[in-house]
Amino acid sequence: MALLELRGLHKRFGGLHAVNDVSFGVERGLIKAVIGPNGAGKTTLFNLITGTVPASGGQVLFAESDISRKKPHQIASLGLARTFQNIKLFSDMSVLENVMVGLHVRSRTGFIGSMLRMPAGRREERRLRVQALQLLDRLGLSDFADCEATSLAFGQQRAVELARAMALQPSLLLLDEPAAGLNIYETAEVGRLISSIREQGVTVLLVEHDMSLVMDISDEVVVLSFGKKIAEDVPQSIQQNDEVIRVYLGE
Amino acid sequence: MTLELFIQYLFAGITYGSIYAIVAIGFNIIYNTTGIINFAQGEFVMLGGMISISLLPVLGLPLAIVAAVVITMIFGALLEICFIRWLVNPGVLRMIIITIGLSILTREAALHIWGESIHSLPYFVGNEITSVTIAGARISPQVLWVVGACGCMVIILSIFFQTTSVGRDMRACAANRTAATLCGINTRNMVTLSFMLSAGIGALAGCVVSPITSTAYDNGTGLAIKGFTVAILGGLGNSMAAVGAGLLLGIIEAFSVHIIPLAFQDAIAISLLLLILFIRPHGLFGSRSAGLKEF
Amino acid sequence: MRRLLPICLLIGAVVAVQLVTEVSDTRYYLTQLTMAAYYCLLIIGLSVLMGYAGQISLGHAGFFAIGGYLSAALTTHNLIEYNQAGLVQALQQLGLLVSTQDIYGSSLLVVAPWAAALAAVCAAALIAWLLGIPVLKLKGHYLAMATLGFGIIVYRVALASSYFGEADGISEVPPFQLPFGLAVSGDFSARVENYYIAWGVLIIGLILLRNLIDSRVGRALRAIHAAPEAAEAMGVDTARFKLKVFVISAVYAAVAGVFLTHYNGGIGPSEAGVMKSVRYVAIVAVGGMANLNGALLMGVVLSFMSLRGVFGTYDDAVFGLILIVIMLFAPKGVLSLNPLARVRATIGRRRLSREGG
Ligand SMILES: Nc1ncnc2c1ncn2[C@@H]1O[C@H](COP(=O)(O)OP(=O)(O)OP(=O)(O)O)[C@@H](O)[C@H]1O
Ligand SMILES: [Mg+2]
Repeated sequence: MALLELRGLHKRFGGLHAVNDVSFGVERGLIKAVIGPNGAGKTTLFNLITGTVPASGGQVLFAESDISRKKPHQIASLGLARTFQNIKLFSDMSVLENVMVGLHVRSRTGFIGSMLRMPAGRREERRLRVQALQLLDRLGLSDFADCEATSLAFGQQRAVELARAMALQPSLLLLDEPAAGLNIYETAEVGRLISSIREQGVTVLLVEHDMSLVMDISDEVVVLSFGKKIAEDVPQSIQQNDEVIRVYLGE
Repeated sequence: MTLELFIQYLFAGITYGSIYAIVAIGFNIIYNTTGIINFAQGEFVMLGGMISISLLPVLGLPLAIVAAVVITMIFGALLEICFIRWLVNPGVLRMIIITIGLSILTREAALHIWGESIHSLPYFVGNEITSVTIAGARISPQVLWVVGACGCMVIILSIFFQTTSVGRDMRACAANRTAATLCGINTRNMVTLSFMLSAGIGALAGCVVSPITSTAYDNGTGLAIKGFTVAILGGLGNSMAAVGAGLLLGIIEAFSVHIIPLAFQDAIAISLLLLILFIRPHGLFGSRSAGLKEF
Repeated sequence: MRRLLPICLLIGAVVAVQLVTEVSDTRYYLTQLTMAAYYCLLIIGLSVLMGYAGQISLGHAGFFAIGGYLSAALTTHNLIEYNQAGLVQALQQLGLLVSTQDIYGSSLLVVAPWAAALAAVCAAALIAWLLGIPVLKLKGHYLAMATLGFGIIVYRVALASSYFGEADGISEVPPFQLPFGLAVSGDFSARVENYYIAWGVLIIGLILLRNLIDSRVGRALRAIHAAPEAAEAMGVDTARFKLKVFVISAVYAAVAGVFLTHYNGGIGPSEAGVMKSVRYVAIVAVGGMANLNGALLMGVVLSFMSLRGVFGTYDDAVFGLILIVIMLFAPKGVLSLNPLARVRATIGRRRLSREGG
């Protein structure tokens, strides 16, 4: 069975059907892209999967278990990480600390342990620091480890968000427009990065407007329009799909 | 319980309940235009009572009340103009703290002006022992004044909001502030106006209830808590529901005298508040999605 | 080392102050400094709740009072007439009770101060937890009102129950014996000793909170404050973290209540008043919400001034005014008002806008 399985997922905002009866699956080890015009409901779909927004109907299955009623933090701890379309880094915290928050579910020191600075807690803290630095190193961010995260350039902030999500060691990674606002070199870099993430065995579901990136890296594409799924196929066939062309070019 | 006693309790409940409802509506008016809960709401009621009591010897009862309402309205407007209007994007925490500070300053000023002792207006008609008989129960006519005044305020307010253009502008402001601004409504003045309105109705309520409950400098906090309970009970921002919720709380309190010692009466409202916040934070009558938008 | 430096400085300052009072023959200041230290314990706990967890509590005087009142009531109410009751006997067997004689020579059987203190603090923690479950789901105004309501309930209960002495409160609370022959008491001869006990307790409390903030938990709290949605997406259970911080800050308040009550030898309903809670919020706000050192400094200074009666009958008004002025002009606390930095920032902005335009 697929790693992630959406069944008749539905979300109404008042009279607006932001996500309308959407079903598809994401197989393990694939990169799957969700595309669609502005306002098609892509971000809402992500919010439904991660539990940020309660669904009006339908089911989300992750690794065979129903996560539709779970809270965001529970879903995250099952190994489902995400980034945000409008970057949501922790301000007033360094890049390193941001990534260390990503390691939250991979660590356990609690309130009492922290207050008393137990040896186990200090060991864990050192481990988190090392792991976070390694991650930053892999993404070429180690020079910025001690900078305040929100003071970085836009592209670097996106990279920090990605590092933070990867710190969670997810089995499924949701990326909401990872290349938005980046130049072509940075976009190409992001493409390589996503492919390398997949090489590590992480399944990726991404929303992206940059078609060349989508066609380059993804194995499958889902097209949303006005909340409805209008197509799902491999990239080459999507490009030939009449309905998709109509939606994108207008009638 | 005899029918007579029952009616007596009922009217006591309705009296207090009307005041709670007015305080709750005051909360709602300001909340709707600004998204702020004005913690100084109870102070308006206290001020109305105190000012009218001070002016009574000079102006006589009717004019003293009118003057008290007007002065409190000006006071409300000044609060908004001096402390709230010019803040750019204040956070909720900041607004809470500012209005709390305002309520403390108002109260402390009242303490220094009027002292610690309790004051009260005379009964509008007759005195403490004058009564009218309703269904065999003896009710003070002042109770009818309170209920009548609060009822009139609710009716006038709803007419104001439904039919006058200023009222409609205020509602537009409540529904969507940005859109209202774009439509050329001066939202800032609407906010000032909402403070004036809340202050005015609070002050009038403070005047009519003063003969029954007396007025002391520290009345405000208790009233604010109960008014807030009622506002939440009815669903924040929903003034018609607040009337029902106010009466409900007043009546529950009145009848609970039988079971719970008087000293713990405040605890009822607060426990109710906590209970409501726990199970239905959007209010008894509100819908789940509408109630908590600002938070 | 960097962690220890501020603490060492603080210890140095505490000792220096005591020596100065010794030399200048102003030992009477130590009394208020001792009391201020206990209030500060509450204030740093509240500072973590407000500054790091972003939650406001207008009911912290309630937790202080729960600590103080329970401890006072348990250590003063004579259980001798219930001598035969099974529960009392069981407590006695466990060594939780002490028998003494009062000044008139009649025998007293009361709960041992340490057991009373433990019970009081646990009660506060439990109540905070129960209150926190519904209340911390709420934000902003709701939380403020709910905690305010809780504070009022505590105040009314203290004022209305004869067990808590009604308007008079509870007096003649016995000293609290600590290890090493120390005792928390208002005894004249133990003034210096108590000054050091109070500041010792405060410094320990401070170190624990510092540790908390610099840890995984503290990071998660700051993350919740900065971007709650992202924190949730990283697996931080925001509701639970907030609840735990709430309980911890309530425990700090209760501990402060216990110690101060034994130091003063009594407690009255004014300690539970709403104005007290507001005052604590004011002090945290002046110190700069997420700034333990600022909260500590302002806590000592303002509590000390208030206790010495500097503000006279305007005591409450001063704190109301502080709240407004700070929130209007320096919402990050007075310590953020670094004039030099301001000037530099303004100049920088000018230059930027000139270059931009
Ligand atoms: N919280 C909300 N309340 C009401 N409407 C919403 C809410 N969130 C999204 N919408 C609406 O749902 C629709 C889908 O929005 P969504 O953000 O999911 O689109 P999107 O596909 O991500 O678009 P974009 O490409 O611009 O990011 C839009 O019409 C949007 O206005
Ligand atoms: Mg989107």
